Amino acid sequence: MINFEPVAAPEAPLARRNPVAKLAAALVFSFILIATLDPVAPAIAIAVELALLPLFGVRLRVLARRAWPLLVGAVGVVVTLVLFAAERSGRVLVEAGPAVVTSGVLLTALGLVLRMFAVALPGVIVFATTDPTDLADALIQNAKAPARFAIGALAAFRLVPLLGQEWQMISMARRARGVEAGRNPLAKLRLFVSTAFALLVGAIRRGTRLAVAMDARGFDAGIPRTVARRQRFVAADGLLIAGAAVLAGAALTVSVLLGTFRPLIG
Amino acid sequence: MGAVTLRGFGWRHAGRRAWAVRGVDLRVEAGERVLLLGPSGAGKSTLLAALAGLLPEDSGEQEGTVEIDGLDPRKGQERVGIVFQDPQTQLVMARSGDDVAFGLENRGTPAGEIWPRVDEALTRVGFPYPRDRPTAALSGGEQQRLALAGVLALRPGLLLLDEPTANLDPTGAALIRAAVAGALDADTTLILVEHRVAEALSLVDRVVVLEPGGGVRADGTPEAVFGTHGDALADEGVWVPGRPVPPRHATTPPGDVLLTADRLGLPPRLAAVDLAVRAGEALAVVGPNGAGKSTLALLLGGLLKPRTGRVAATTALAGGDERTPPHRWRAPALARRIGSVFQNPEHQFVTNTVFDELALGPRRTSQPEAAVRSTVDALLSRLRLTKLAAANPYTLSGGEARRLSVATALATAPRLLVCDEPTFGQDRRTWLELVDLFAELRDAGHGLVAVTHDPEFVAALADRRLTLERP
Repeated sequence: MINFEPVAAPEAPLARRNPVAKLAAALVFSFILIATLDPVAPAIAIAVELALLPLFGVRLRVLARRAWPLLVGAVGVVVTLVLFAAERSGRVLVEAGPAVVTSGVLLTALGLVLRMFAVALPGVIVFATTDPTDLADALIQNAKAPARFAIGALAAFRLVPLLGQEWQMISMARRARGVEAGRNPLAKLRLFVSTAFALLVGAIRRGTRLAVAMDARGFDAGIPRTVARRQRFVAADGLLIAGAAVLAGAALTVSVLLGTFRPLIG
Repeated sequence: MGAVTLRGFGWRHAGRRAWAVRGVDLRVEAGERVLLLGPSGAGKSTLLAALAGLLPEDSGEQEGTVEIDGLDPRKGQERVGIVFQDPQTQLVMARSGDDVAFGLENRGTPAGEIWPRVDEALTRVGFPYPRDRPTAALSGGEQQRLALAGVLALRPGLLLLDEPTANLDPTGAALIRAAVAGALDADTTLILVEHRVAEALSLVDRVVVLEPGGGVRADGTPEAVFGTHGDALADEGVWVPGRPVPPRHATTPPGDVLLTADRLGLPPRLAAVDLAVRAGEALAVVGPNGAGKSTLALLLGGLLKPRTGRVAATTALAGGDERTPPHRWRAPALARRIGSVFQNPEHQFVTNTVFDELALGPRRTSQPEAAVRSTVDALLSRLRLTKLAAANPYTLSGGEARRLSVATALATAPRLLVCDEPTFGQDRRTWLELVDLFAELRDAGHGLVAVTHDPEFVAALADRRLTLERP
């Protein structure tokens, strides 16, 4: 099951920062890095990210567990490039049937994988250190997001883990009715679609009931909301965003000075 | 605060031909405690929704007027609080205290007042945990208490409870009744919809009965109303107190063993169990929430793979297939031998009409179409569903959906029936029909396993009981 709970030590100095500031810092950092195609800047960025990890109170092992889809993606990138890369420059390292692995191909793959990690890790770190309720609060209070959207999404989010259990229940109920796909792939697809449909019907019904219950407690009734949990955006939060920009800029500068910089556009 | 006046009130949902509720004249004074009764379909929930201001003007057609303290409820929403049946879909936030604060934030309560009022509401309902307790870690009864606290924190003059205990086990239901009894101020008006009348009577001093065709049938003290209308109400499905149900125990000793469980378990959900299920016997599985009763039902139904021990079918149940454990049987073979009825009937619906729903099992087990038709027709009339043959299963009422889910399991004539809370939240009429049906099946030589919290059901039907403890 997907886990949305924060996993960081909550007192860590950067984990404590305002959720909106953390999110903005991650976005700034990632966007700056997208500008280059070379492997050096992302490598520096990853080093910076890992060095900052203790300040977020996230242990490396925990991060690895959270980031495993990235590892899967990395393997996918390498395999795809090895099999299908059009440009096969450099020295031939391995030759097995259609797969010709050259140093050029490996370098390109390495660059792509590094970029992927450098750009995605800040987001992973932010969500690993942020409580969803705090994020919704901060979005409303500090980023002026509409409460209708932020609280609504938060409430809907709470129902997501139920979907896994529902899927299992519906599948078992269907087996009890004598419905199964066996080995026929077409029947499997049909069963999948009809189970998904039943899940959707149930989810919509639950969502509607939740919306009525929220209405009954005055949600989005046009009265200005007050806040029970105050989220503050202080100077340190601004510094976090600025720091992210400076560090990402520094990574790019090093890459330019080393002559490896390859702009995304142009 | 919280006086209700209805004059010729009626409401018809957009797109429906029939009025959900009509011709209701009613005056409830501030501080009165009213139990609102009526047969299924009399419009009780619609009336509560109207009082809570939850029927937007464009969602249907209104007749007459409804007022709370002289105001349209849609404009006086802050005077009313409502608690619904399902705890899962009433809680909004991840932490308990935040959830109580949610309504206060919406109403614009000054920030400094929010937390004291949250604490006061939590104390009133006897909430036993600190404010940061995750709502997902609460039992159904505790979640419902929290939902009640969330409503009470808003200090409504009128409190509406729409079957707040229907989804709870007896312990959870008692928790909620105690919380309601302890939390109400003397001048808070209460309107409660609940068909388990005996349990609700301690909370109310007046009973109002809605007539399904429109209007109010009876109105007065519980003694007066049940004295005059008790029999008619009981026949229509209301659980009128003091009307015991006749027991239906087996008159002949049980027959062959159909299924055995040998140190069967699925830790951490279910600790190891030994049991044998016999033909012509009704076995009730009881025990507290979290003891793994539903898990046991799924294991016996051949729907889950055991982690420890095993389930074995005998030749009497499985024919030549008795060496294979039920969870490895092909689905059509399973449906012919063991029928499972799930706690939530909607999980089981696969098709678009009641007729197709009943025909599905027989068709899957390769019966000729003529035989399918006669099986389906017999089940439709046996379970009072004939008029609904063309209806979509998802549009049925709770009682109809339950009857259909039992009927679908019976359509393939399995020798063993495994039911999870088959009588949960049912009105008296459906309840009696289910007991009759199960008793008939048992007397015809079927085996029956029922996981249940319902003591009356156990008393009326069970020939043997198995009590599970928390693992």
